[in-house]
Amino acid sequence: MSAPLARVPGGIHASVRHDSAAGHVSGSALYLDDIPNVPGSLEAALVLSPHAHARIKAIDLTAALAAPGVVAAILAKDIPGKNDIGPIRPDEPLLPTDMVEYDGQPVAAIAAGTLDQARAAAKLVRVDYEPLAPVLSLDEAIEREQFVAPPQIMTRGDVDAALKTAAHRLSGEFNCGGQDHFYLEGQIAIATPGEGREMHVFSSTQHPTEIQHGVAHLLGIPFNAVTCEVRRMGGGFGGKESQATMIAGIAAVLAWKTRRPVKLRLPRDDDMRATGKRHPFLIRYEVSFDDGGLIDGLDLMLAANGGNVADHTPAVLTRALCHSDNCYWLPNLRFRGYACKTNIVSNTAFRGYGGPQGMFAIETIIEMIARHLSTSPEAVRERNFYGIGRNDVTPYGMKVEDNIIARVLEELDRNVDLARWREEIVAFNRQSTIIKKGLATMPVKFGISFNRPALNQAGALVHVYTDGSVTLNHGGTEMGQGLFIKVAQVVAEAFQIDIDNIRITATTTAKVPNTSPTAASSGSDLNGMAALNAAERIKARMTDVAAEQFNIPAGEIVFQQNRVYAGNRSMSFAELAALSWEKRVSLSATGYYRTPKIHWDFATNSGRPFYYFTYGAAAAEVAIDTLTGESRVLRAELVQDCGQSLNPAIDLGQIEGAFVQGMGWLTTEELFWDEKGRLRTHGPSTYKIPGSRDAPPVFNARILPDAPNREETVFRSKAVGEPPLMLALSVWLAIRDAISSLSDYRLAAKLDAPATPERVLEAVDEIRARAAGSGSAI
Amino acid sequence: MNEMCDISLTVNGERVSERVEARKSLVDFLRDDLTLTGSHVGCEHGVCGACTVRVNGEIVRGCLMLAVQCDGASVETIEGVSDSGEIADLQEAFQKRNALQCGFCTPGMLLTAQDLLSNDQTPSRDHIREHISGNYCRCTGYHAIVDAVESVAQARKGSRK
Repeated sequence: MSAPLARVPGGIHASVRHDSAAGHVSGSALYLDDIPNVPGSLEAALVLSPHAHARIKAIDLTAALAAPGVVAAILAKDIPGKNDIGPIRPDEPLLPTDMVEYDGQPVAAIAAGTLDQARAAAKLVRVDYEPLAPVLSLDEAIEREQFVAPPQIMTRGDVDAALKTAAHRLSGEFNCGGQDHFYLEGQIAIATPGEGREMHVFSSTQHPTEIQHGVAHLLGIPFNAVTCEVRRMGGGFGGKESQATMIAGIAAVLAWKTRRPVKLRLPRDDDMRATGKRHPFLIRYEVSFDDGGLIDGLDLMLAANGGNVADHTPAVLTRALCHSDNCYWLPNLRFRGYACKTNIVSNTAFRGYGGPQGMFAIETIIEMIARHLSTSPEAVRERNFYGIGRNDVTPYGMKVEDNIIARVLEELDRNVDLARWREEIVAFNRQSTIIKKGLATMPVKFGISFNRPALNQAGALVHVYTDGSVTLNHGGTEMGQGLFIKVAQVVAEAFQIDIDNIRITATTTAKVPNTSPTAASSGSDLNGMAALNAAERIKARMTDVAAEQFNIPAGEIVFQQNRVYAGNRSMSFAELAALSWEKRVSLSATGYYRTPKIHWDFATNSGRPFYYFTYGAAAAEVAIDTLTGESRVLRAELVQDCGQSLNPAIDLGQIEGAFVQGMGWLTTEELFWDEKGRLRTHGPSTYKIPGSRDAPPVFNARILPDAPNREETVFRSKAVGEPPLMLALSVWLAIRDAISSLSDYRLAAKLDAPATPERVLEAVDEIRARAAGSGSAI
Repeated sequence: MNEMCDISLTVNGERVSERVEARKSLVDFLRDDLTLTGSHVGCEHGVCGACTVRVNGEIVRGCLMLAVQCDGASVETIEGVSDSGEIADLQEAFQKRNALQCGFCTPGMLLTAQDLLSNDQTPSRDHIREHISGNYCRCTGYHAIVDAVESVAQARKGSRK
């Protein structure tokens, strides 16, 4: 019998269940806090600064050390190696020596027999501070030129001339807020000293290699003495990239000092005060355009609130600048990016990584142009879209070769009939005096690959055992996004074996070294290719064994559905594995991948940072209450390009989840720092992430059909983790649309994000006053 | 502060007698003393719902209730309702519809969904959204969860006919 044509169950492009689904629904999937403590383990707690900026005059540990159960306390001086955990620039002490730079900064840590003992003792640490004036506003940081990294600039054409000569010119400024990741599982690490100088760290981290490096630097030991391991996180979203190092580092220093295992799990309030968030941005712009809305010149300033240290801010800013074009050709431009230093927590990676803020800027500007010209944002966008074969070069010099935004928008329109929907909204608003509805669309083009070329590499390790079972390991981490199952599908496809035969193992620096963070949506692209490479190497060796066994050319051996065929003869995959061992052929391989075509010049902010772009579009309908400022999303329709999706069910989950998370950023999630720089929204009782009633009651997310990636990605799929978050800008624009309806769509709302009820109410009153002043009927 | 109390209760159908600190929360007791780690600690102030368990048939926040308050009570956790098969259909629907990602909220969400379906056999989507609104999920956007709960409600209704 020759090879059948049926597909292997659990191969690529199939909606295979999440590999941990059964464990998740039964509560048996283990998170770090579920691992039983080994005897002698200690629990840790942090002492946090109550000041945004202060000199440390003295720290008295006497009372804390005398408290019940306390075994050790650490300060900066107890760090045996280098006191720095900065991921990009060396400016971030694990614990401060003489100065605190934000409210919530850890200044000391306690290890005790129980968690209650550690937390109680932490309250007994006496720190004598001399408070200093904090810098809290972006305006002040810009004025003082207080930056965590040098300003960045992108230019093209003659923007000054363009701004002078155009028919219309607008200028102004607006803001978007930050966002707490609010991963349901808070930050946690368990450090266990081993023989000699070895240190093993379980960390809830998206970047085990950074934990390895951070711990090694802190302890003054080589990288090979530190092993970092993570099986799963209870959510990450970028918040467990650099931020996990602080937690693992403190646990490791305590473990080093006590020679006992130490677990550090932050209570939610400490987590929200001590660890970084999405960057708030201040945006200033001057834009010129013709009567039809064609943009001639754009002078744009993006100021990111980096917090007290550099962390990821320079890279987030670069990505923000690289997405301030979104889908539009801008002939004359000057983009300036400022990485502002302020006395708040260090802002960091968060799903989208500057992309959302860049698109927030350009799309809000486009909406303002539309109101100015009494036309629709869609009409303005239409005039400015990148061309095909012309007007297709981004501000950073990359040609847009894969532009399918027109197709994506057509697909959206075919699903929803936007013209009719718009008529319904306008008709509703005519008869409704208090509740006003808004409708808006949002196109997205998002660049895939880390901006820094070096990060675009990955490794994998695959073993085939003599019973035909396979273990799979790679450098990517699982935070719920479904990376592990997708990569397993790739390996199942390569070997043509049932996915149940593949065991997915925890990410560890001991198996695959020198990994990149699981970030930038790149997890499947990079690790899928590395695993495929490993599987193909083993498969090639097994193919030779089969060819020799059946005495036919290797090219005629076919792996299909758990069997290996040579014409009408065959053996099982397991039999071939056993035979390969018998013939002394290795059944283990490492795999490696590096993304082709990409390059980037940091000096000029130009190059081809992205292997490809992914596209999406959304339409959202909202209602606002003009008496209270409350808003509701009533309906959302999404189309997302996933290339040839590796797993449509998993990808759909990413699209829906990212959209609702993006909604939260733009509507309810308000980080409020008081005049002393204290975060006042540091728990879910005051910081409101979307709940089930906030999700759109009518919610249709679709994957763009028949859209294989034109680049040679893993089975022509595309990355999906971040891009759909920006589709939520449709909600932001729809709220603006609802407010604008109060001026008969002639004026743009004065509104910052998040569009909380307070801000919406202010914007409603403001636009009414302005419309009345200009003689408009409301 | 460290006063100890003796408590006797039923956990997942088994009699349990333990000596616990008076200030220990129910979820810490379940996790630390009984190694029932399927109930998760998310926010520790009663908002996120990850620690949801059932006490005498009612869903409660395991972080807001003290272990000593459960003296004499019947406590059920995700492990118990998994073993009994009570929510097997909900568990299957959550897996099938991909109504979970990181999974941290899932046990609490399932217990809350079962609480709804025990009291309302034909909930509307609005009612489902309302009932699970005290359980946060940061990953899915809830749509798949509502779909999964709705499909189980319909299937249970069908099987009752």
